[in-house]
Amino acid sequence: MQYFANPTRFMKLTQRLGPLFAAATVLLFGLGVYFALFFSPADYQQGESVRIMYVHVPAAWMALFCYISMVIAAAVGLIWKHPVADLAAKATAPVGAAFTFLALVTGSLWGKPMWGTWWVWDARLTSVLVLFFLYLGYIALNSAFDDPTRGARASAILALVGAVNLPIIKFSVDWWNTLHQPSSVVRLDGPAIHPSMLWPLLLMAGAFTCYYMWVLCLRVRSEIIAHKVRALRLRQAHGWE
Amino acid sequence: MKRKHRRFVFVATGLAILFVAAALILSAMKESLVFFHSPTELAEKPELADKRLRIGGLVETGSVERGADAEVRFRVTDLENAVPVRFKGLLPDLFREGQGVVVEGHLQDGVFMADEVLAKHDENYMPPEVADALKKSGKWEHMKKTFERSGEQSGEQSQDSKY
Repeated sequence: MQYFANPTRFMKLTQRLGPLFAAATVLLFGLGVYFALFFSPADYQQGESVRIMYVHVPAAWMALFCYISMVIAAAVGLIWKHPVADLAAKATAPVGAAFTFLALVTGSLWGKPMWGTWWVWDARLTSVLVLFFLYLGYIALNSAFDDPTRGARASAILALVGAVNLPIIKFSVDWWNTLHQPSSVVRLDGPAIHPSMLWPLLLMAGAFTCYYMWVLCLRVRSEIIAHKVRALRLRQAHGWE
Repeated sequence: MKRKHRRFVFVATGLAILFVAAALILSAMKESLVFFHSPTELAEKPELADKRLRIGGLVETGSVERGADAEVRFRVTDLENAVPVRFKGLLPDLFREGQGVVVEGHLQDGVFMADEVLAKHDENYMPPEVADALKKSGKWEHMKKTFERSGEQSGEQSQDSKY
């Protein structure tokens, strides 16, 4: 990890990795959408509405995955003062917020026809809404300081505290009675979902993950460049050149 | 100890304390975080009956009666106890006998007057043909697990597959 803390090396690496992730995103997304819309069967209970799952579930997974990545990056930035880690955490937040928003909206659209309601305050839905607010709070706090280093430190602490919410989201459906059903895929006794529906779901999840990696490369690169520009401007202003 | 080691220990202990605190708070709030109660809980705790509440269970097979003016009567069961429910209004598409349901309302003379009926489906997804095949081979478990009270009193009822 020390190795990639060097921004120059990171730039070199992501110059090649970025386009790779972009290509993988397009490929997996194309396959995933094709399988999800044309190849996978309708559900025995939910009929065609089950296809919302192929967007909703990967988006919800990514909402959690992005937060875990953000917490790890924020902790590394806080403890070891790696400059790239702070930037990675900052770059992840809006992506995670977007995935969380997507999960909430698609869940709502799915809930109306199936459950008979757009929204209920059960433990799963409420804890995911809290996750969305955590992302927004992180973004706001990160940009609330004139000095980016202080913003990174304050928001890293918020991210770490918010990590308490992650196990609550994951296990809310097991710990308490909720309207939301328990996990279908990530569970001890194997997936409770037919392989013909599991494969498109995993393809879409792969596409979403590659998309995140691609956007992360782009965002961190632009952050590094922005920092260089800032440093140059500072030097010019002080006449150090 | 170097400064980064000190920071690491600080962050790690801080997080550990935070997680323990959250676990304590959540276990203390266990009762109020549930979205619905089971018919058995309602039978065991009469103090629940005074408030507005939600009851979750399966729509008992053969219990649905449709009255005049879009009124529906059915029984919600957790396979141990059942509560008669009366509801007037639009039912969700997934509402059917043997299906999971959460009703919101209040208890009046032993009858639950619901003003909202939500369908609760389980975590199993499969094509219709597979569902039919499972039903034929008698391996059909459906939602029973969800509403059975955490396996403590699962008697012979869990064996029969009526639907």
